[in-house]
Amino acid sequence: MAKHIGKQTMVFSSPVSVLETAVTVGTKEGAGPLGKYFDQILKDNMAGQKSWEAAEIAIVKQNLQLLMKKCTAKPDYILSGDLLNQCCASTYGIRDLEIPFFGIFGACSTFGEALSLAAVLVDSGGAENVIAAASSHFCSAERQFRFPLELGNQRPPTATYTVTGDGAAMVSNADKPPYITAVTTGKIVDYGVKDSSNMGAAMAPAAADCIYAHFCDTGRHPDHYDLIITGDLGYVGKDLLLQLLDEKKLDISKQYSDCGIEMFDRETQDTHSGGSGCACSAAVFGGMLYRKLKSGALKRILFIPTGALMSTDSINEGESIAGIAHAVAIESEAVKWNI
Amino acid sequence: MENIKQKYSQMVKKASPDSPILKNCIKAFFVGGLICVIGQFITNFMLTSGFDEKTSGTLTSVILIAAASLLTGLGIYSKIGKFAGAGSIVPITGFSNSVTSPAVEFKQEGFILGVGAKIFIIAGPVILYGTLTSVIVGIFYYFLGR
Repeated sequence: MAKHIGKQTMVFSSPVSVLETAVTVGTKEGAGPLGKYFDQILKDNMAGQKSWEAAEIAIVKQNLQLLMKKCTAKPDYILSGDLLNQCCASTYGIRDLEIPFFGIFGACSTFGEALSLAAVLVDSGGAENVIAAASSHFCSAERQFRFPLELGNQRPPTATYTVTGDGAAMVSNADKPPYITAVTTGKIVDYGVKDSSNMGAAMAPAAADCIYAHFCDTGRHPDHYDLIITGDLGYVGKDLLLQLLDEKKLDISKQYSDCGIEMFDRETQDTHSGGSGCACSAAVFGGMLYRKLKSGALKRILFIPTGALMSTDSINEGESIAGIAHAVAIESEAVKWNI
Repeated sequence: MENIKQKYSQMVKKASPDSPILKNCIKAFFVGGLICVIGQFITNFMLTSGFDEKTSGTLTSVILIAAASLLTGLGIYSKIGKFAGAGSIVPITGFSNSVTSPAVEFKQEGFILGVGAKIFIIAGPVILYGTLTSVIVGIFYYFLGR
């Protein structure tokens, strides 16, 4: 049974496994440094559809079907979210699957939220297998949040590039490594950043707050983890996060990375500060991190998807961008917490 | 909290790389200039073809607008814009791009609520405030300028 420890952390002593993952990504992501880790790379980002939104919906559906093909466990629930208004990509993508569904929103931190809630559902005995998933699409996100694609303008160096794809994981009570051993649910932290071209800066304080809380609550040391990886802070957010943690006398620089930095090669792929979007952390986890956990190349990771909670309306009305982050500890051995 | 926000805003400023302004200005200068030179060529050609000065100017604008619109549809203008920045936004071709690009983008939502309602999503403010300013200037001119 899960136990609440410290201020905002839950730990699981009974095994909560990540049984399988599936990742479908777009062409640019497939051509990036992590291309070899993805299950499916689209030949065309339209995915044979007529609009970008329909393409994202098709990607969600294809990827969840792929997950269920790779893994025979029958899912009791799907927890999924995305960036489109009213989580349309998830809802329409899941529409034909006939599986009970919780739609969730945490902006780009959605996959962390999904994994956390899936772990709780499984641990409670309320479900045996739960799919946690998240998707985004560069073109549908540009259309919703920024400018038409064909508008001839320049992106500032602090801007990130929304990842096209869907990442999904089957969280299960089957006793197979790797295990979700702890989740630290982040608070909303807003340091007043208003520049929607600098999401890394807007989210870094929330990530710092959540990571710090994780180590306070669990009493662990950063060296416990082989890798501490945030969702989509990018290069700018990474700098700020390390500075903010340094102020709190917490040094994670040795084992730290960011999914947005891992996803693309910024020199050759022109992605400025890095990758972003719900699919960024979901695809990096389902692809590279999960495979490395399986092979033993990684034994203990702290995975912290980060989200910028805003809408185009809130930005136009002068609101600042609120950040959030959810930390999930995934380890190749189950942990007996002494509480 | 205000203190933290202020301090953080300084940190963000330091951590965020600036756009390469000088490089961007030089690129904008040359591409913007090139577009104007092309326009001048067209005007000169019209003048030598027997059109008067006013008609030649109008025809030049029409040709530049049509060409930029075509390049937008072909996905080329966004690449020029990425390179040139203000150099391809400021000339009349940039205005054409700002109208054509939403038209292409929102076509999927239909011709009424998509293209019809959203075609001026970028150019709308320029049209509105351009018109408003000319009305105000016109009023001043009417009373004071004569």
